[in-house]
Amino acid sequence: MPLNVTKIRNDFPIFQREIQPGVPLVYLDSTATSQKPLAVIEAMNDFYRRSNANIHRGVHTLAEESTALYEQARVKIAKFIHAPSAHQIIYTRNTTESINLVAYSWGRANLKAGDLVILTEMEHHSNLVPWHILQGERGIELDFIPVTEEGLLNLEAYKALLSRGPKLVSFTHMSNVLGTINPAAEIIRLAHEAGAVTVVDAAQSVPHLKVDVQALDADFLAFSAHKMCGPTGIGALYGKMALLESMPPFLGGGDMIKEVHLRSFRPNTLPYKFEAGTPAIAEAVGFGAAVDYLSALGMDAIAAHEHEITEYALERLEEVPGVKVFGPSAQYKGGVTAFVLDGVHPHDVAQILDRDGIAVRAGHHCAQPLHERFGLPATSRASFYLYNTKDEVDLLINGIYKVKEMFG
Amino acid sequence: MDDLYREVIIEHYKNPGYRGRLDPHDIQFADNNPLCGDHIEITLRTDEAGNIVDARFDGHGCAISQASADLLVESIIGKPVEEVKQLNKDYVLEMLGIDLGPVRLKCALLSLKVLKAGVYGLGEASDSLVE
Repeated sequence: MPLNVTKIRNDFPIFQREIQPGVPLVYLDSTATSQKPLAVIEAMNDFYRRSNANIHRGVHTLAEESTALYEQARVKIAKFIHAPSAHQIIYTRNTTESINLVAYSWGRANLKAGDLVILTEMEHHSNLVPWHILQGERGIELDFIPVTEEGLLNLEAYKALLSRGPKLVSFTHMSNVLGTINPAAEIIRLAHEAGAVTVVDAAQSVPHLKVDVQALDADFLAFSAHKMCGPTGIGALYGKMALLESMPPFLGGGDMIKEVHLRSFRPNTLPYKFEAGTPAIAEAVGFGAAVDYLSALGMDAIAAHEHEITEYALERLEEVPGVKVFGPSAQYKGGVTAFVLDGVHPHDVAQILDRDGIAVRAGHHCAQPLHERFGLPATSRASFYLYNTKDEVDLLINGIYKVKEMFG
Repeated sequence: MDDLYREVIIEHYKNPGYRGRLDPHDIQFADNNPLCGDHIEITLRTDEAGNIVDARFDGHGCAISQASADLLVESIIGKPVEEVKQLNKDYVLEMLGIDLGPVRLKCALLSLKVLKAGVYGLGEASDSLVE
């Protein structure tokens, strides 16, 4: 069933907001962070008003309640990505922390000088820098699957890299700049054939597509709540049980231990082994509410809606003289369109669009190497989610014409 | 329609009077604004009395960063280097004649930061130069 976008927009209080008197918000920056439906805001609000307590060790009513809410959310998140067990969902702060957890824990235990880690040219800084750090520390080798002119991964080049016996392949499921949806199942299958472990940066895919970790056969998969209608400050790492069990703890502290003595400790079982200190409890509850919200609408319906908007946006952007869009055609991508306008810096484009309440992003979107690949210092990026409409695409296009007029 | 893109800014962006590079030069410095990818290089010639006798900027970036660089470079020709060391953020904002939020302030002040790092002979430009 197609989405009822009018009804969906009413679920998000922020769309009542006017950016200036009489100028409604046109939010085209969901790739950076999504807006939040009332259901999520209320779930967190209710938690603080009714159930707030620290989790796991208390025996009083509130501690029981907050623990139950925290763990119920984990079960929802596990189901959402079809994880075999909720014990395989580790709460983190965000995708970045999830990838860092793999790099610090699995990476330090398993990678040594000369070991090859394969990344891609389209990675977000969060899937580059943790490996750079490990390279400095351990002397591992990094190599990159190249990106074609069209904005796709060059899989032939990937196969050649695999022949060098990599230990790990870590890649983005969906580019936050080009929108490219990478063939994750195939990338993982080929990596496994070569004996490598895989990490999927699913920050952009889990919010927008049906992601099934078992169908993908992913070893690790990282995502953030705030890009999928949930709060900031919480994300998740999924991992295969055997891998997670074999890994040393990441951060040390309370909750991640079974017992502590003055000179030693024994780590807790999964997933708590990786959750040191008081976590983001209300945020976990909000994360669960976000998963409920998206599940009720259906990820296939959300993906279909975004595809339709993206197709339309590409069509309209391409008709504007002087606009160049980066990334593949709509069939290979999600709702992200990065573009440049001749003679106008992306920051100026974004700033002038803001005058009409249109929120787009400008810069290198934490993917500087990808921009270098295309010889660009920056791009403007409009991205779409379940609440966006074709009318908003039209407003974007009108805004771009205004920019052209000012700089004409 | 808007203060941020006053005619003077668009005009200096589109037709800068002082874009280029002095070769030879007495002072040179370049830096980026990593957020936007703005890049500014400033080259200066000075005389024996310590006055700036010519100046140019080069680089790329948004209208705010490039226009402010053009205005700044134009304004310092003939000034003693010692005086340029004392310039602050208000000096640039006054020339631009606009109010800026924290993000765009970095664009507007990049050229001043580059200029001051250059005249002070620093190895690296720091934000404290323009606070």
